[in-house]
Amino acid sequence: MTAIDTVPAEVPTGQARGRGGGGPAPTRVVVAYGFWIFILSDMIMFAALFAAYAVLSGNTAGGPSGRELFNLRSVFIETMCLLLSSYTCGLGALSAERRQPARFFLFAALTFVLGGAFLLIECTEFAGMVARGAGPERSAFLSSFFTLVGTHGVHVTGGLLWLAYMVAQTMSKGLRASVLRRLLCWSLFWHALDIVWVGVLTLVYLMGVT
Amino acid sequence: MLGRLTWSAIPFNEPLPLVSAIVVVLVILAVLGFITVKGWWPYLWNEWITSVDHKRIGVMYMTLGLVMLLRGFADAIMMRTQQAIAIGDAQGYLPPDHYNQIFSAHGTIMIFFVAMPLVIGLMNFVVPLQLGVRDVAFPTLNSVSFWLTCTGALLVNMSLVIGNFARTSWWNYPPLSELAFSPDVGVDYYLWSLQISGIGTLLTGVNFVTTILKLRAPGMTYFRMPVFCWTSLAVNMMIVAVFPILTATFVMLLLDRYLGMHFFTNDGGGNPMMYVNLFWAWGHPEVYILILPAFGIFSEVVATFSGKGLFSYRSMVLATLGICVLSLMVWLHHFFTMGAGANVNAIFGIMSSIIAVPTGVKVFNWLFTMYRGRVVFTTPILFTVGFMVTFVIGGLTGVLLAVPPVDFVLHNSAFLVAHFHNVIIGGVLFGVLAGYNYWFPKVFGFTLDERLGKASFWCWLVGFYLAFTPLYVLGLMGMTRRLQHIADPSWRPLLLVAELGAVVILVGILCQIAQLYVSIRTRDQRRDLTGDPWNGRTLEWSTASPPPPYNFAALPKIETIDAFWQMKHAGQVPAEPPREAIEMPRNSPIGIVTAFFATITGFALIWHIWWMVLVGLIAAAIAVLAFGWIDDREREISPAEIAQFERARSGQRRST
Amino acid sequence: MQLGPRRRNPGLIRMGILCTALLVASCQQTGILDPRGPIASAERLLMVNSTAIMLVVVVPVIVATLGFAWWYRSSNPRASRSWDQSYEGRLEFVLWSIPVLIVILLGGVIWIGSHELDPRTPISGKGDPVKIDVVALDWKWLFIYPDQGVAAVNEMVIPAGKPIRLQITSATVMNSFFVPQLGGQVYAMGGMTTQLNLLSDQPGDYAGFSANFSGDGFSDMRFVARAVPPGDFDAWVARARGTGPALDDASYAALAKPSKAVPPSTYRTVAPDMFQHIIERTLSGADEPGSSHQHGG
Repeated sequence: MTAIDTVPAEVPTGQARGRGGGGPAPTRVVVAYGFWIFILSDMIMFAALFAAYAVLSGNTAGGPSGRELFNLRSVFIETMCLLLSSYTCGLGALSAERRQPARFFLFAALTFVLGGAFLLIECTEFAGMVARGAGPERSAFLSSFFTLVGTHGVHVTGGLLWLAYMVAQTMSKGLRASVLRRLLCWSLFWHALDIVWVGVLTLVYLMGVT
Repeated sequence: MLGRLTWSAIPFNEPLPLVSAIVVVLVILAVLGFITVKGWWPYLWNEWITSVDHKRIGVMYMTLGLVMLLRGFADAIMMRTQQAIAIGDAQGYLPPDHYNQIFSAHGTIMIFFVAMPLVIGLMNFVVPLQLGVRDVAFPTLNSVSFWLTCTGALLVNMSLVIGNFARTSWWNYPPLSELAFSPDVGVDYYLWSLQISGIGTLLTGVNFVTTILKLRAPGMTYFRMPVFCWTSLAVNMMIVAVFPILTATFVMLLLDRYLGMHFFTNDGGGNPMMYVNLFWAWGHPEVYILILPAFGIFSEVVATFSGKGLFSYRSMVLATLGICVLSLMVWLHHFFTMGAGANVNAIFGIMSSIIAVPTGVKVFNWLFTMYRGRVVFTTPILFTVGFMVTFVIGGLTGVLLAVPPVDFVLHNSAFLVAHFHNVIIGGVLFGVLAGYNYWFPKVFGFTLDERLGKASFWCWLVGFYLAFTPLYVLGLMGMTRRLQHIADPSWRPLLLVAELGAVVILVGILCQIAQLYVSIRTRDQRRDLTGDPWNGRTLEWSTASPPPPYNFAALPKIETIDAFWQMKHAGQVPAEPPREAIEMPRNSPIGIVTAFFATITGFALIWHIWWMVLVGLIAAAIAVLAFGWIDDREREISPAEIAQFERARSGQRRST
Repeated sequence: MQLGPRRRNPGLIRMGILCTALLVASCQQTGILDPRGPIASAERLLMVNSTAIMLVVVVPVIVATLGFAWWYRSSNPRASRSWDQSYEGRLEFVLWSIPVLIVILLGGVIWIGSHELDPRTPISGKGDPVKIDVVALDWKWLFIYPDQGVAAVNEMVIPAGKPIRLQITSATVMNSFFVPQLGGQVYAMGGMTTQLNLLSDQPGDYAGFSANFSGDGFSDMRFVARAVPPGDFDAWVARARGTGPALDDASYAALAKPSKAVPPSTYRTVAPDMFQHIIERTLSGADEPGSSHQHGG
């Protein structure tokens, strides 16, 4: 990735190491840190969408509100799918770290299926709402709902495509250092999406039906 | 087949835009033709376009910024001229349709495609060198960021030729920017160009935060970093924190315009006030993103040219971080008049005044750096002193505007326009020009002509005061901003003085162009052979001018602040070149390829050419996936090459 | 790298004096500097006071900047040098304290001023207010007088010496209602109302306009605020009731069509709850240009 020393260089004083004087960090640390900063920026984008939802959630313009539209049963199932997929993602990450490709592929497949199930349920929910005349152009509440939840869904879709791509890379090149770095980024992304979903579940669905 | 793009998009029946468009296209073709005839394409492709070297990328950013300054300034002089002519019954030469596009383009270009690229360019070149490392954390991503910014600039300028630009001001407030009131492509050009370049900027933020926090020379603790690196850290943290807000806001407006949603419409429950809040939640930190690098540059310049360490490094760092945090808490002062009530207005007014504290402390620290120093009057120091005088006036008017009842009478007036030009020209631009003159020898290996540099400074300083003091007065007399024609003839003398100021600034810009030309022609007399023409204090001056691709043969071991100053005075011998090869990242076309498809996708989205959107997105995805497959991204610089370069450099040094 | 001190250029100084004189000569007492009502006077006073407070710091800083740069120039043999002390605790304390104290003072000014001059606060002690409902259209102003039952376009006649209570909305995009000599501005926004309270001390004609860019006709979106003796105000109302069309849905729809530089006119009656009606129409998007290219498409 970049021409940095992968081993911490010799440092003039012992004190300097504790205060950030340890020299350039290894590649794996740099990559993961950078990706984490990117995820934080993505969280801020979601925060803005959450804020818009909070402001507009009452503006139903005479149309249906959350209470009439949300089906908590399917929301519960899709939440479970996503949370479980985080678990399988974690198991997959451990397998990859331990250089166990077969187990990694198994957990990757499970994660993919669970993520796909989440998307299927969500798309069905959206299609149902649109069919009932409660599409995003109906009111500001629905615009903000579809955008917030839909943006999360687009991220999940991207994550699944990325997972497929990473599985292809792993099959082709094995679990070498560069592939492991990218898998680390991918699993950070996947877990972050889970966290956002918890926010969506609470602020949109649970608070929307009460 | 081509969406809503038809031949009527080209302004055949409007002479002014048509002629401008033809001239611009001809100039571009001439430049491209010249390059082709000279056979420079392989060199440009291998050394610049596909370069992932932070130094090259920095130069390209600066070039983009300076070229776009010419476009933005052309808009400015057109606006000043219109306001000087269209008084009383006269209608001037720019009908509202054009004038409104011109001031919208002026603001958009100056903020996004002049100021941002200029500060990002300087940070790109300088920060890794000051940190004592070989490049940023993600060099290829750096190239992608630059080229995506170019995509944005290209799209905005395309609107001159094909279609039109937004007529909604650079804020683009709804409902005016909604489909009902702006049905044509103008607002879409604005939104897509900023959305795409915004991705580039966000990636820069991620890149530099990681670089500054995770990649520093051994021994460089946080409190041994140069102040310019601290301001760069604060700036990039702010970019990461606020650009996503702009992304989300534009997504919402785009969804309103493309899919009929109701985020900001009058009907359907939309809330235009929410746009105002979200926009300024990004917008206020944005102006601090622009000014903090300038503060960092001034800190470096004033210390170097006073021959003294910066007064109170620690409080500078504290003040920088204070500004970073506080800037996120003041956004409402941009719309005190939107009716939030006394309590809310007062709280935000007080928060806005509080930012004056760390800013004031910085000014005092620069003052006390000069105190008992040995001040050498080079062009950078002139810009610094000019800044210190001008910026405090702009700061005064800013804090004045932070008093809500005062803002009630000054909001959106010419006074406001004068205030923000005061701080942007007196602060950001002077900082960039100081940095440009200061670091030019490091970048290119020869200094800039001092006489023309000083001439350009005086023209900018005098021109600024001539152009904007009348606007302060006009604002107090009741003139609002964005007027295509002026009803009150008694304002004419002041508007003429303002026009004169714009002309003086034009002379300043011409002096800068002349400075560059003359300096290049006489560069052999002006070579920087030591790498340290100003007796500098920070690490970038320890490298050759220009530095080798790997920056440092061996990463320096840092023991103090102002590490290079300490090395010089301890009589340290330059480190031995290493026995092993240095690995540097390979060049990559992914930056320009991604930007190319982003341009196609953006253009297609603007004109509703859906099949082209799909093609562009898929092509970009394929390019990214193909790039992501590659593992071998580094090339080796052999010990022999390094030794040869270092030998040549010692020879240069000895010959001075 | 020594390149010579900054010489005082006599020609430049002469130019500077000339320009300053020109500026001062052109600076007329109009607009905000010539308030004609208590709100505007208070706002001007606040502006002057805040500026004075800040000049206490800003002027010495400017003088010190030029002074230090000049005195400590490298070619000055008399300047004492080498104070390579990068940290001086007592000086630091003073340097932080100065802006902190100024900001504390300003903070008090801001808190008190914001509350005293809140546009929503009615003006007390001058009698019952005259209510005016203001609608910003593309690109003119409609003034509805609910108590008098008349309306006017691009001319706001008010009795001098009596409080005016304004409710402001927009039929289209964001505008800002502003009469600099009477008080501050307030945004006019679709589907909602903002409030403003003004008072004119004496009769006179005052310039009014929109202070938020709203499209092609923005520069012409001017009106006159005409303050007249109370007797003349009643006479104007009586005259308005005698001539002109009625303001109802049909005439309003015609008025709402985009137009610029509209000459002043009046309506002799106003349909009941017309202002509320207009707000509802805006929320429904009934008067939006839609697919027509009237906003410079």
